[in-house]
Amino acid sequence: MNFDELFGHLGQHTVDGLAKGSIYALVALGYTLVYGVLKLINFAHSEVFMIGTFAVLGVWNLLGADGTQGVAMTLLLLAAGLLGGALASGATAVAVERVAYRRLRQLNAPPLIFLITAIGISMVLSETFGIWQGRLVVGMPTLIKQKVAFTIFGTEVTNTQLITIVAALVMMFALDQFINRTRYGRGVRAVAQNPDAAALMGVNKDRVIMLIFLLGGLLAGAAALLYSVRYGNTRFNVGFLLGLKAFTAAVLGGIGNLRGALLGGLLLGVVEVYAATLTQSNWEDVAAFVVLVVVLLFRPTGLLGESLGRARA
Amino acid sequence: MTETTNEGRLSGVSNFFAGVGNRWRGLPKWQRGIGFLAFVAFLYYLPLLGVPGLTWLRTDSIEGGNNWAGVLFTCAVYVLIALGLNVVIGLAGLLDLGYVGFFAIGAYAVAIFGSTQSPVVKSLQDKFDLAPEWAITWAICIPIAIALAMISGVILGWPTLRLRGDYLAIVTLGFGEIIRIVIRNSTNWSGGPAGIASIPGPQGAPSADNHIFGLIDAKPWYWLALSIVLLVVFLVRRLENSRVGRSWLAVREDEDAAAVMGVNPFKFKMWAFAIGAALGGLSGFLFASRQGFIEPNQFNANLSILFVAMVVVGGSGNMAGAALGAVLLAYLPERFRDFSEYRFLVFGLALVLVMLLRPQGLLPSKRRARELKDRQEEVAVGA
Repeated sequence: MNFDELFGHLGQHTVDGLAKGSIYALVALGYTLVYGVLKLINFAHSEVFMIGTFAVLGVWNLLGADGTQGVAMTLLLLAAGLLGGALASGATAVAVERVAYRRLRQLNAPPLIFLITAIGISMVLSETFGIWQGRLVVGMPTLIKQKVAFTIFGTEVTNTQLITIVAALVMMFALDQFINRTRYGRGVRAVAQNPDAAALMGVNKDRVIMLIFLLGGLLAGAAALLYSVRYGNTRFNVGFLLGLKAFTAAVLGGIGNLRGALLGGLLLGVVEVYAATLTQSNWEDVAAFVVLVVVLLFRPTGLLGESLGRARA
Repeated sequence: MTETTNEGRLSGVSNFFAGVGNRWRGLPKWQRGIGFLAFVAFLYYLPLLGVPGLTWLRTDSIEGGNNWAGVLFTCAVYVLIALGLNVVIGLAGLLDLGYVGFFAIGAYAVAIFGSTQSPVVKSLQDKFDLAPEWAITWAICIPIAIALAMISGVILGWPTLRLRGDYLAIVTLGFGEIIRIVIRNSTNWSGGPAGIASIPGPQGAPSADNHIFGLIDAKPWYWLALSIVLLVVFLVRRLENSRVGRSWLAVREDEDAAAVMGVNPFKFKMWAFAIGAALGGLSGFLFASRQGFIEPNQFNANLSILFVAMVVVGGSGNMAGAALGAVLLAYLPERFRDFSEYRFLVFGLALVLVMLLRPQGLLPSKRRARELKDRQEEVAVGA
């Protein structure tokens, strides 16, 4: 146990964890939105994220990113990557809903069937990319060179960490406002509270469900961009562990609760980085699951409690 | 009565199986007995298969194909896994995505306690001044493997089985990964990433003198596995028709109603979990003794999902269905090697298609098919 390293650079590790957790939080939102409305763990969401990373890579290759471009080009590449990743992920999420879940909803299938279908789809998507793109890690051009952006209380914050955290916070805020203040958001909350009553009041249930899959997909695509900037590589099964941890984050904060996903994501990221520092990365992945089990044991509804329907009751 | 939408698709398969099944159930008991015995005899004869017209079934009939008896052994181990997982998924209705964890525990139990090269056995030798050939006998490792798997099942189930069903899926998925990571990281007792070699079989540590359970001839291994499978089929059948089996059914169909009627859902879910885990441990045990060498990466999460696919595609709740699924998923990639690169893709597709078109599986359990149909009719009335 390397306590000296952890407490010697506590600020550094915390910022690192927050940056990592921001990506978890963005992916966790996708799980939380779908769960809040449909009471379904969308296992395929991890693959939605994976496709986002490949889309980002594709867009960058198309525009000829090689890590030597100037500031204007970098911004353009970031914007194009965001657009490409978000569109690809959003389209995938909506397609999954149309192809699989809608039909199951019509059949009133039990939850087990939904889950198994989701697992099957997840497998199909990741294997398709495994066969198409190869099974090795695919490197990406380094868009932004790591540099210390500023120092606060002796803690150095790098530029990529700053971008990740700020971008994630902005998107979370936008989503929160969208769900709580707009007409569409009201529809989402209504269906989450009581689907039948919402349908009687003239809310188009299928459209709302498509909307939440689209939103979840868009955010996963944004997470994919941030992931690509930060880690600079991807792989056909990159979504598996990340998806599992994002789901853990969603449960930790209270699944179905948007602000809970943010809190859970950031907390999990920090816990993981601490665990990785203490154990030389050996037990990093175990920490997330231990957190999950402990939370489920003592507070099954998560830290902030679950319910999308009562987001602003 | 008009048929619901689901019945129309895949109706060829469905009618064929339903027809065969009904005819089978209509036969007098002695004829069914003879039929069953003939089938068992055929299973025992399979590794020698040489009937003209059937030899194309053998995996060594293609170029570069694997040893036929070895493939049959794998099929038998997978059937054993499917039987165990069927208790958890099919009978009790719990989605366990970490079944590979129990499989790994069983496999590592025999490796850690039975192999002369395992760190645990070595330290025991040092401590008690034993000969370097000393290790715990294979036969004693069987109860150890089963007990360890069962205990870990109880430890996992205790906190999680009180939760909603869908949380269980994700926690078990995490559990499977934790087991693998723990084994990989604990070099001082599990051999770490390098794995453990010279795992014993019924005749002790692997050596050229083992004439029956050797490394080359897999036929005795297959016969051993098949015998265990038949024993387990018998035991699970007894369990299914007992008070425990009825309680599982009640809990699966409606937990609240079952609780009102005096069935303790937690208790019976726990039993299903423990029994499933024990069978998973047993199959891992068999797998490891035949392999002679195991390492942590053989037990990844994809395997768990493959196991679920076997049960679900075959027909959860029905032992024949689960076994059929297991045989298909173990055998097809061996016989059609060109397609083995695509095996997980094809299994994923099969999983989705079966769920969408025939959620009860290829060889469904009658009661389960009826449950699904009931739910469909409920929605038809509501709409």
